[in-house]
Amino acid sequence: MWLTRPLQERSTQIFLGVLFAAVVLVTFLHLFMPQDSALHVSAFTVTLLGKYLCYALLAVAVDLVWGYLGILSLGHGAFFALGGYAMGMYLMRQIGDRGVYGDPILPDFMVFLNWQELPWFWHGFDMAWFAFIMVLLAPGLLALVFGFLAFRSRVTGVYLSIITQALTFALMLAFFRNEMGFGGNNGLTDFKDILGFNLRTDATRLGLFIATGIALAIGYVICRGIVTSKLGRVSVACRDAEARTRFLGYRVERVQLFVFVVSAMLAGVAGALYVPQVGIINPSEFSPLFSIEIVVWVALGGRATLYGAVIGAILVNYAKTVFTGIMPDAWLFALGGLFVLVTVFLPKGIAGLLQKRRKASQDDDTPTAQEATV
Amino acid sequence: MSICRSLTLLLIALFSLLSLPATAQEDDPGKALLINLAEAPASKVEEAVNAIVSSGDERARGWLEAYGNNRLSRVKDTGQVVLVLNNRGRDWEIADPLTGENMGEMSRRELDRVAINNRIRGQLEGILAMLDLNAKDPDVREASAQDMMGKVDASLVEPLEAQLAKEEDAAVRNRIEEALAIYRVGEGNLEAVDVLAGSLHPRARAALNEAVRGDNEALAQRAAKALESIEQKLQLNRAAETLYFGLSLGSVLVLAAIGLAITFGVMGVINMAHGELIMLGAYTTWGMQQLFPGQPGLALILSIPAGFMVAATAGIIIERSVIQYLKGRPLETLLATFGISLILQQLVRTVISPQNRTVVTPDWMSGSLVINDALSLTLNRLYVLAFALIVFAGLMLIMRKTRLGLEVRAVTQNRAMARSMGIRATRVDIMTFALGSGVAGLAGVALSQLTNVGPNLGQNYIIDSFMVVVFGGVGNLWGTLIAGLSLGTINQLLEPWAGAVLAKIIVLVFIILFIQKRPKGLFPQKGRAAEG
Repeated sequence: MWLTRPLQERSTQIFLGVLFAAVVLVTFLHLFMPQDSALHVSAFTVTLLGKYLCYALLAVAVDLVWGYLGILSLGHGAFFALGGYAMGMYLMRQIGDRGVYGDPILPDFMVFLNWQELPWFWHGFDMAWFAFIMVLLAPGLLALVFGFLAFRSRVTGVYLSIITQALTFALMLAFFRNEMGFGGNNGLTDFKDILGFNLRTDATRLGLFIATGIALAIGYVICRGIVTSKLGRVSVACRDAEARTRFLGYRVERVQLFVFVVSAMLAGVAGALYVPQVGIINPSEFSPLFSIEIVVWVALGGRATLYGAVIGAILVNYAKTVFTGIMPDAWLFALGGLFVLVTVFLPKGIAGLLQKRRKASQDDDTPTAQEATV
Repeated sequence: MSICRSLTLLLIALFSLLSLPATAQEDDPGKALLINLAEAPASKVEEAVNAIVSSGDERARGWLEAYGNNRLSRVKDTGQVVLVLNNRGRDWEIADPLTGENMGEMSRRELDRVAINNRIRGQLEGILAMLDLNAKDPDVREASAQDMMGKVDASLVEPLEAQLAKEEDAAVRNRIEEALAIYRVGEGNLEAVDVLAGSLHPRARAALNEAVRGDNEALAQRAAKALESIEQKLQLNRAAETLYFGLSLGSVLVLAAIGLAITFGVMGVINMAHGELIMLGAYTTWGMQQLFPGQPGLALILSIPAGFMVAATAGIIIERSVIQYLKGRPLETLLATFGISLILQQLVRTVISPQNRTVVTPDWMSGSLVINDALSLTLNRLYVLAFALIVFAGLMLIMRKTRLGLEVRAVTQNRAMARSMGIRATRVDIMTFALGSGVAGLAGVALSQLTNVGPNLGQNYIIDSFMVVVFGGVGNLWGTLIAGLSLGTINQLLEPWAGAVLAKIIVLVFIILFIQKRPKGLFPQKGRAAEG
């Protein structure tokens, strides 16, 4: 079974072990340490860490297409945001008549805009199972249509990057419009509860954090399963020599499409877990800057390693939290500098440094970032 | 005693000398005219006004304007007529209507407003326009004739006709004829309809519309026909206006993208900091205007070379410090230059200000070129359009006719072969990148005249620029020009029924779909160079 194979790998075992230990440790410190203890992890920190884990899952999704398929997507923020919006719509419907205007059906912003009835695409989102399916389906469908058109006409490399960027830019403009029915500028916010649990309680926050950890573990295993399968090898072949793979008789565009859609769905799940923890989803998640930031997390961590993406995402976002707290002006300098330094001096990322250390015992067949260069 | 008397006499003589100007005023016919107006009973006011008009006095306009605005008053004690400059508060500032001399302030209780009735006030506008019809400047005459459209009444017909007879300027004649025709259509004159059929002025249309609704059937029919022809002309003009705005937007896109067409299209370097180079050009314009306060025109012209140099220098620094190490790794180049764009933006925010800066538009660039009543072209957009074409032509010349252009093309087609022919490829790289960056700076100088100059200026254009280059076909300057102009026009065509944002989205989606169909753009490169 392709999904169980990674579980026998040493690297996956280590990754899952570390992740499990971290989640258990945070849970323990949150629940059993007294409030005034220095070791106590506050609910705020738990949510913050949950956010990092969402980003980590998103970075893994990007690494899957960039590292193993050679497609630099500058639009993965769009899939993330679509998943987030699907979740946001479910949470909106859960508010019911507890909104400011007290309308039992319509969310506040629709009442505010004088809408009389729910738009058709909002139907069904009062049911959790439907919303959770849409979390996968909405980004998956967009990726399927977009990927089908792009890969069929063999748009690759820089062109694809620029087009994905245009895609997320167009979606951002669209979601900014009030007429779209997604809350316009302000997005969706003011959520009350999820699956009957109040979002403001610490227990729910901890639950979401643990759920994110589990999602990351599953996402990682899925990606690992894909890259170690035969499909994964073909996809690496597409990355390194697309034309040659095609001449060997593989249907390159199908491989690309499959991996791209899986990656988009993972990004959607990350977005869906992100929204209840952050408490808001608005069109700025579609901004090209966010999408390109994700790529830098992956680049810093080390491309085509998957665990590197997780490290990069957590490191960069931790740095962002610290920087924006201490000196907000310097953050963009730091981020910009990171872009330059990583690409020029650290092409293999942090994972590359780690690999150099333990070169001897390398049973990992992961190609290094240098070979992965497109 | 006698000394005393003679002194008194002398003083009197002196006084009379001093009051000489006063005697001159006594003789001023204007004074009599004004007093006549002030003292006229309601039935004679019209006569008094006409007397002022027919006097041909140059100051008459000011007097009548003041009269219409209730600013003509009489000093109760002396009976002198004065202009009220400021009627706020208790003491009013007054001036002599004859000399224009400021007479200081006077309590409003001592002043008596020269009464005006509504009938006269209604006519006054036409009368003032009549006065302007005699002005020396044909532009003033034309403007006043235009003002008169729809305001002509029976009393003005005769003077207007007289005016028409002596008027020599064709444009002014036209206006007067139209003004008269509007009145005559109202009176049921059939020939007048034909005069209006050629006019695009909204008043002419209003008059014809009224005629269509009226009871005079022959007139209504003729007016309807005339309206139809006007409507056709209007549509043509509206189309021309949309086209103009489209081309203008397109020229902005071309300017923003043409530098990219060099660095990305010809060199194959993805420069995500291109937008920030545009921003630097715009800030250079702002900086030059700070250096030359009060001379925005000179500063703007000097900004053209300065903006080029600043952006080109920045480009060289970027090329030397980062891009040269990432040769052949386009995706990494993309990321690194994106990082540079973030740094540049934040640099401007920190060093200058996060707020937008105002760049002054020089006088010769503001205003608009009036083609006809329905169509006027804003001058700054016209200049930018011309500038874009000049920059394009210049680049075309450099690429086609100079040694540098030849070397650039050689290096991009076959680097190794070009080097073995003795071309210093590294130098060519630097020069090409500097050229592309400098053109971005030029775009910034032009954009500073159209949009806000702020740290986000470049960001707004980067995606559009890439779209233009990719749509036009990478490595093809003509493609960039045509793609830019056509995308701008498409955007403007969609805007009326889709709204600005939706139009933009539609254009983006259109390009995304278009690239799927033709991945190499409108004008793909052919031959071996295409495979590189």
